[in-house]
Amino acid sequence: MKKRLAVLASILCLSACGNIEPWVKPYEREALADPIMSFDANPVSTAYTHHVFEAREGARGALGSAGGGCGCN
Amino acid sequence: MSAGYGRRATGDGRKVLWLLLVLGCLVAFAAIAPASAGVLPEDRADVLYHRYDGGGVTIHGPSVLVRKKMAEKYSISANYYMDMVTSASIDVETSGASEYKEERTQYNVSLDYLRGKTTYNVNYTSSEENDYEAQTFTFGISQDLFGDLTTISLGFSKGADTVMRTTRDPTTGRRIVDPTFSEDVDRWSYRVGVSQILTKSLITTLGLEVITDEGYLNNPYRSYRFVQPGDTRLFALATEIYPHTRTSNAVALNAKYFLPYRAALAGGYRFYTDTWGIKANTFSIGYTHPLGSTPWLFEVSYRFYDQNNADFYSDLFDRANEQNFMARDKELSTFSSQTLRIGASYEFARNGWGFIKKASANVFYDRIEFDYEDYRDARYSLLDSADPAFRPAGSEPFYAFGANVFQVFFSAWF
Amino acid sequence: MRSTPLKSWLRSAAFAATLAVSSLVGASASRAPSFTLPSRSGDTVSLEQLKGKVVMINFWASWCGPCRQEMPLLDQMYKRYSPLGFTLLGVNVEANSKDAEKLLANVPVSFPVLFDTENKVSKLYDVNAMPSTVFIDRQGNVRYLHRGYKPGDEGEYLNQIRALLKE
Repeated sequence: MKKRLAVLASILCLSACGNIEPWVKPYEREALADPIMSFDANPVSTAYTHHVFEAREGARGALGSAGGGCGCN
Repeated sequence: MSAGYGRRATGDGRKVLWLLLVLGCLVAFAAIAPASAGVLPEDRADVLYHRYDGGGVTIHGPSVLVRKKMAEKYSISANYYMDMVTSASIDVETSGASEYKEERTQYNVSLDYLRGKTTYNVNYTSSEENDYEAQTFTFGISQDLFGDLTTISLGFSKGADTVMRTTRDPTTGRRIVDPTFSEDVDRWSYRVGVSQILTKSLITTLGLEVITDEGYLNNPYRSYRFVQPGDTRLFALATEIYPHTRTSNAVALNAKYFLPYRAALAGGYRFYTDTWGIKANTFSIGYTHPLGSTPWLFEVSYRFYDQNNADFYSDLFDRANEQNFMARDKELSTFSSQTLRIGASYEFARNGWGFIKKASANVFYDRIEFDYEDYRDARYSLLDSADPAFRPAGSEPFYAFGANVFQVFFSAWF
Repeated sequence: MRSTPLKSWLRSAAFAATLAVSSLVGASASRAPSFTLPSRSGDTVSLEQLKGKVVMINFWASWCGPCRQEMPLLDQMYKRYSPLGFTLLGVNVEANSKDAEKLLANVPVSFPVLFDTENKVSKLYDVNAMPSTVFIDRQGNVRYLHRGYKPGDEGEYLNQIRALLKE
């Protein structure tokens, strides 16, 4: 319980200091916006690959993510 | 029933409350954040053909996806997926059954809603085959923070499955769905993810997922084996008995690095543990190489996976009902697998073609090698005892097999 | 008077602070920092030369989806209002201009495109979103700042252009 409160408190603190200056400027994100830097450029393919492994292994979960890209708007 | 396995889902009520609290904070923060916006996924259509061949099993079929933005605020996608299965796997052969054919169809609909720097997502998946139905509903939220260098995402899924089985109709002799057998499985899944841009060329993600299953968790066709009382060289089969709950935790760290000559390096590690006693490690590395300014893109990757067996798993029990829970699913055994992938993509219509902005043709080939350390190839003890290849039950060689996986797909962005 | 690195850092910090505060309100009135950049047509363009005109500076990159989306609309605005004393500068922020050139070959525009390959002007104007659009009035003051682009924003751009042209 204490650990969870600590995590929650840190999330709130981080939200409060939303004015941390980004050290990678939006005009410096050319590499990150490149499609080869995407974690999930081909969703149908990734979903199938995950299914192949999950159906044959004991482990499951913690696949997939959001974020990166051009950081536009 | 052992207390460790009979854990009820009360701990998960707390988890849901905590998750809702974190979600609430993020939503509140999103409400007061400046009203500039993130970006929705691009409009696209993909048609894929997949084929798996390995261990006596062939599964192939299509997967079709369409995604479209609406009013610049919503993005909706729909996916149709099919598995056409022909299976004479080692499980089928061990049980003396004959090769079977089966079809599984899966539909998925997903809706993204973008408001400021927050994306809300709802997702519904339905899967159907003659002896198994599964439905999953997912809700997710993702938020860009700190000048878009950080993205936090939360997800919650609820699944409900119905497990049935086919049997031989005594009157017609044909395979029918057994009307007397129907069991349920409930599943809850909680996900937290953080994606962090570290430098102009490096992005990392950290993900955590907790999944709880409750209900009929074994396969009604699969059996455990025990030493035959009359002849210790042979084995007999009985239906597996599994615990009614399973809770798993997985944590994964991934990174992608941009090489200055324009290529990408990817790496990842996932640690998994669950209440059935399984611990697993997954390592992966990958390299993506665009060929200069040509339309070609090549990819190569390697994945290593290993796990130890579930507490109630054994390849061969000494007698029937030796334990409260018994399993012989090779998925729950101690094994490792290695996968090598090579892939090629060709981009065409780079400058547009009608309403299509760009398109690509892609081929991926995976070679997967499975190596079992405590799952034996029971077919050796099914041979005639006079056969020089015969091995008594419990002394058969450990099972190993390789699989070839192909994917061919076309994508178009519009 | 030559600008030392400290002076220009102080200048952009002060400018950034004013812009940050005033951008909360959406409007501001602070001096637009002057700059000179090479243009696509081969010559150099400096902000000083454009005093007396309403200037719209659009910071863009070829890899930025919303930037590509708004280009044709900016071109229309430029064609319509440039006879009335309006000009639009498309400042490309990429270190290597070849991707920008490739995009412009497929999506040609008539407004001047400048290359800020060292990101000096992006830093000067404290660009913190892609695309960013700055409106400068005839006196050389920054009046409006837009972060990002969503379809429909061009309506607001037109209103602000017309308002500034009337002054």
